Amino acid sequence: MQVSDYLIFDEESGTYIEDPEQSVRDDVEKHHWLNVLRTVLKDWRLYLMLVPMILVFLFWRYFPMYELLGCFKMPDSIKSVAEQDYVGFAHFQTLIFGNATSSISPEFWRAFRNTFLLSFYGLLFGFPTPIIVALFFNEVRSNIARSVLQVATYLPKFMSTVVMTSLIVMLVKQGGEMSGYGVISQMLENIGAIDHDTAMRGLLHMPQYFRAIYQISGIWEGAGYDSIVFFAAIIAISPTSYEAAQMDGAGKMAQMRYVVLPSILSTIVIMLITRIGSLLSIGYEKVILLYNADTYQTAEVVSTFSIRYGINNEGGSGLGKGWGSAAEMMNNVVGMLLVIGANTIARKASDVSLY
Amino acid sequence: MKRKLEISELIFKIISYTLLTMFAICCLYPFIYTISASISDYDAVNYSKVVLLPKNIQFEAFAKMFNDNMFWNSYTNTLFLTFYGTIWELVLSILGAYALSKKRLMFRKGFNFFLVFTMWFSAGTVPQYLNYLDTQKVFNTIGITDDKWLVVLAMGMAAMNIILLRNSFEGVPSEIEEAAIVDGATEMQVLWRVYIPMSKSIIATVALFFGLSRWNGYYWAKTMMSNANEHPLMVYIRKTLDMYQDTEQMIGWSENYAPDSMIYAMIICSIIPILIIYPFIQKYFAKGVNAGGVK
Repeated sequence: MQVSDYLIFDEESGTYIEDPEQSVRDDVEKHHWLNVLRTVLKDWRLYLMLVPMILVFLFWRYFPMYELLGCFKMPDSIKSVAEQDYVGFAHFQTLIFGNATSSISPEFWRAFRNTFLLSFYGLLFGFPTPIIVALFFNEVRSNIARSVLQVATYLPKFMSTVVMTSLIVMLVKQGGEMSGYGVISQMLENIGAIDHDTAMRGLLHMPQYFRAIYQISGIWEGAGYDSIVFFAAIIAISPTSYEAAQMDGAGKMAQMRYVVLPSILSTIVIMLITRIGSLLSIGYEKVILLYNADTYQTAEVVSTFSIRYGINNEGGSGLGKGWGSAAEMMNNVVGMLLVIGANTIARKASDVSLY
Repeated sequence: MKRKLEISELIFKIISYTLLTMFAICCLYPFIYTISASISDYDAVNYSKVVLLPKNIQFEAFAKMFNDNMFWNSYTNTLFLTFYGTIWELVLSILGAYALSKKRLMFRKGFNFFLVFTMWFSAGTVPQYLNYLDTQKVFNTIGITDDKWLVVLAMGMAAMNIILLRNSFEGVPSEIEEAAIVDGATEMQVLWRVYIPMSKSIIATVALFFGLSRWNGYYWAKTMMSNANEHPLMVYIRKTLDMYQDTEQMIGWSENYAPDSMIYAMIICSIIPILIIYPFIQKYFAKGVNAGGVK
């Protein structure tokens, strides 16, 4: 660029000064589409790096969303989703209000209720536990003892769902003529928590125990690992804060109340909002591996409902695919609203946006 | 300065140590039990006489497992799926996250939304199933008849992990990158020589997550792989469990070990690789989780 483009003669001072309008002209030129194209092309390697990731998400995350059209269509095993006939909101109507020929509606509502309850109890019991564990870890001053305890409590997180559920199945298995019942059932019977008959029938075959088993195994699996985040927030507290509190005569409980809790509150709030956001997304693998026909009453969640009717084609009514997609779509739309709502609250309350 | 412990502090300390120790024991108990039960004999396991330590030790369950070709076959399948699956996800995620971390990327917000939206809304299991069936058809027509590649390529890819990586890359000071570019480094060299070494802990964490989810994957592998020879370990363990939980199978059982013992033995074999890798990666992931957890 030539000098004359930038500098203009200023008559007042009698010297050359910078043209104030030049930056505007520069800006206009920068946003000219040819120049935009040029900057993009200069960085073509960067865009090339994005391509594989975009394609994977497109093929296996966004194309399934196209299949959601099946919610409004008559399922057909031969025709593709585009060729199927529209039925409008018929599947939704059947699920929500029921129809004369099938009992699908109560089953859907049962699954929806179970999904919510499993998540809600998970929030109620599963959320505070890691915080308490982190508070306890803070009291363990010996590095060796703490490392040992941490290694032990993080370990269950790394077990697969299959391993964990297989252990549960065997530890509370039913008794029979040629076998005894599981060890945990035995222990529970010894301390009087369950009676002999229950232990013989197997806890996983009794609907009233499913939620407890689900939550306790969830805490067993995650409490240690989930405490990492809170523990990190606690050890970040400056020792001077404790000293100042001690000077003022604060005992242990007062220190907890006035030093520790306020310092980790933002972490707690963020984690809580994340949990509330994922309130309706229950992992289906664990449920599939733990439940059986005896416990559908309390164990069936929306995704396993969809799997049973939509993929395993139970009942064989031919409408299963439509019901399955419609049920999970309703669940996931409500779930998405929860995430967005939680995120909005987070942004308003603490200037922290999660996404 | 040594301060005298106050009484409330002392009580709290004692409670902390006791409860944590109890929790740690609860966490470890199932594993100890698994080992004991795998080497105890039929009567001890079947009638639940083993509580903590093994009784009437036998190694026949292990011997049976070692001679089970299907078990080793499924083990190899899992190794295959984990190895290629982790590499595939890691390469894609690092490349994508690197590009997304650059402020100069055009439509950056749009690409980010494209990722994040998949965390908010998923189509659900039935559409996903139909999608995988279609993918299978496409793969078959281009000559990939092995469902292994369907599992490796199409499953996994969590947006959350890409965002963790992106956040970590954004934290790398731009001066270092500029210095590298002045020295004549290309985009790939900048990524390879500057960004990856500087984000080691988060990459190790994310790789661990990828590897674990591949190693532990169950449902889609079971649903999409029609050929039992292709099944990974987790599917095989569950299949064996289902077979022996059926009490009919117990009639005519004449071995010295209980069927449960064999499943316990398989479980031990399936977690050994995780236990070997775990100590190496643990120092990274505490850091990595903290870096990414709260942003």
